[in-house]
Amino acid sequence: MTSDDVLLRLEGVTKRFGATLALNRVDFDLRAGEVHALVGENGAGKSTLMKILAGNEQRDAGRILVDGQDVEIRSPNEAARHGIAIIHQELNTVPTMTVAENLALGQEPRNWHGALDRRGMVRAARAKLARIAADIDPRRTLGTLSVGMQQMVEIARAVSEDARILVLDEPTAALSRAEAAQLYRLVGEMRRGGAGLVYITHRMEEVWQLADRITVFRDGAHIGTRRRDEVHPDDVVRMMVGRPVEDLYRHDRQRPGDTVLDVENLAGPGVGPVTFRVRAGEVVCLAGLIGSGRTEAARLVFGADRATAGTVRVRGRVVNARTPREGIRAGLAMVPESRKDQALFLPHSVEHNIAISSLDRLSSAGVLQRRRIRQEVTARMDRLRLRRSALRLPVRSLSGGNQQKAALARWLMREPDVLILDEPTRGVDIGAKREIYELVNELTERGKAVLVVSSDLPEAIGISDRILVMRAGRIVQELDSRLASEEDVMFHATGAARRNQGETHD
Amino acid sequence: MTDRTLDKAELTAPRPEQSTPSFDFAYWWDRVGILVVLIALVVLMATIAPNFASIDNLFNIARSIAINAILAAGLTFVILTAGIDLSVGSTLAVSGVVAVLAAIGGLPAPVAVLLGVLAGAAAGLVNGLLTAYLSLAAFIVTLGSMTYLRGLAYTMTDGQPVVDNMLGFRDIGNGYFAGIPVPVVVMAVVYVAAWFVLERTRYGRHVYAVGGNAEAARLAGINVKRVITSVYVIAGACAGLAGVIFAARVVSAQPTAGTSYELDAIAAVVLGGTSLMGGRGRIIGTLIGSVILGVLSTGLILMNVPFFTQLLIKGGVIIFAVAVDSLKQRPLRLGRRTGGAAPAH
Repeated sequence: MTSDDVLLRLEGVTKRFGATLALNRVDFDLRAGEVHALVGENGAGKSTLMKILAGNEQRDAGRILVDGQDVEIRSPNEAARHGIAIIHQELNTVPTMTVAENLALGQEPRNWHGALDRRGMVRAARAKLARIAADIDPRRTLGTLSVGMQQMVEIARAVSEDARILVLDEPTAALSRAEAAQLYRLVGEMRRGGAGLVYITHRMEEVWQLADRITVFRDGAHIGTRRRDEVHPDDVVRMMVGRPVEDLYRHDRQRPGDTVLDVENLAGPGVGPVTFRVRAGEVVCLAGLIGSGRTEAARLVFGADRATAGTVRVRGRVVNARTPREGIRAGLAMVPESRKDQALFLPHSVEHNIAISSLDRLSSAGVLQRRRIRQEVTARMDRLRLRRSALRLPVRSLSGGNQQKAALARWLMREPDVLILDEPTRGVDIGAKREIYELVNELTERGKAVLVVSSDLPEAIGISDRILVMRAGRIVQELDSRLASEEDVMFHATGAARRNQGETHD
Repeated sequence: MTDRTLDKAELTAPRPEQSTPSFDFAYWWDRVGILVVLIALVVLMATIAPNFASIDNLFNIARSIAINAILAAGLTFVILTAGIDLSVGSTLAVSGVVAVLAAIGGLPAPVAVLLGVLAGAAAGLVNGLLTAYLSLAAFIVTLGSMTYLRGLAYTMTDGQPVVDNMLGFRDIGNGYFAGIPVPVVVMAVVYVAAWFVLERTRYGRHVYAVGGNAEAARLAGINVKRVITSVYVIAGACAGLAGVIFAARVVSAQPTAGTSYELDAIAAVVLGGTSLMGGRGRIIGTLIGSVILGVLSTGLILMNVPFFTQLLIKGGVIIFAVAVDSLKQRPLRLGRRTGGAAPAH
């Protein structure tokens, strides 16, 4: 390796948070014109590294070299000055402003008498968007665009700042396939243009599609760096978890019993009418593109949103829940799409988070039975392998995987007949993923019905009995998971040649 | 694989970014910080203010803080749900007027007292229903009710104080129970009850949940609208109780009673560490916050600090306390708000 094409080099970078080492003498380098994938489970230290590069955190020891020169990155502004651009998982844009205004944020052009130069702003925005080949009207209000498009705007902003070192943090987490493909093209173009890209991701397919080199972090340490063409995916996963992984998706098929969940002509905003059943011991997956109505349908069943028509029955009894409360009472439970916004009380303790939906059962005359609560909560935590010492910690301090387990544990407390899981493993590390799948198996063994919404196609196929593919609010195809391929699902989800409405905009 | 369980244990072990450091300022400040401030203040006052530490004066302080402390107790419920109630001062006036007029009208003292409290609860119910079911901003709703309730108090009394020297429940303001001023006893009962409800009941958990994340609370099966309505009723009832005590102390119905008391009450809640964003805080903190404000006022008076200067000092203390509380939320970090290991509920 010659040193002149190395854009960025970290040597022995160490970061300590209190008593624990978040990064332990980590080495890393990035060359011009390469995509360097950075992988590892949650808590491996990837995000700490990113924060240090972004100037949001300071290293405790070690060197950072840009173009062979030692640098200090004390603030996001300094990071930008060194040509480092960070594209965060969450969007840092203003949804109520136009695309052009967002792109000009902080550097609004002025005209000769000092007023805002709107026309110049739109012109500059067009140029920036053209640079990343994004076909977006800069005069549109950002919030009206799809998440994928918004992310393009975010990237356009980062790229236009003469960035040569780009750090992308799980950029495709919220994107549909078509949007992800567009992002991959963009990554390819920037690489050809001589930029270096650090690509943080959980998705192995992405790593193999994009990366030139792969670096694995585990528990704050650099485990290894490999060229993609010299390593097998299994080796990378092994490096990540520190042990061999058998087949990740294990689904024990049960002989399906009676119908537990019976949904007939259910309709609501953006959905329906849809009709389907889930039998005891069965896992049914709603698949489809973002905006196809999967999540919306699941929410109607649970009562999170109100249905305009249709009937939902649980074990033969009409439920038609108008509120989650009614749904829960009828034996339904739902782990929603976003655990942080919709499921968890982040500053509250793990115990409080897990017990909250079962307090009717665990109180007498409204007074909490604290010993019983503690017993029951710890029993569920043990089962999900959440360490007991977390009981009184704020749930926000757990890793993504453990937070998701806490969200699940809440419903294990209630023994629902039907468990709805919306994106059950998004942003969850492999160890926790496996445990969630095991739990699903355990539930179906005991005759529960499970309805899963998933964008992760291998997961959708791997853990379900049947897949219901949705498009434009309707179920367009039912597939047997044993026979279905990812291509089959995509074929029906996209309606073959037709593009999804949510991604194109006139 | 035999060592598999061990590996699992490792996976769930503390994650590097999130464990508790050896000395966690945020943790300790949350537990005892405000108490330390109070103790320091008391020591300071006892040293420099004449007669501060005498029993009589301590009782006076306790009696004088009771009204604000009771208002603040009710307000704590509201603020825990990320709401606000600006109308408690006006509610106090209406309740006092109702109780005194009822007593003058010949109703027995306990009934008059009850009516006063119920009037406060009713005012709170209106606030709560408007906020929860019409999804109006609590700030605006209670700004409105602050005004109309004050108008109501003036209307009911023709704008004049109504004095009743024979007031049947005057002991609630001026009497002693086992040697302790009655308002202080009432305050203690209110705080024990509030503590029990918030810490030991299902309803209390629901209050924290709604304030912590309203949408998550709804999806967890909590009747969010009912919880929101109820906290305003509690705040109103507390204001009603405070109004009765106020009326009893001055042995009259005062339409101007409690003007701008809501601000002192909010200050006490926030000083006590309850987050205006909801979901975080403790009732004991509110009590300490009220005591700090009371001690400060009384001490400054004893020290003959001019009134204008008192205001300067009080305002400064409030901002200082809230600033310290906020700094602990985001140690050493600019921009993104990711709290430290604050104790959880």
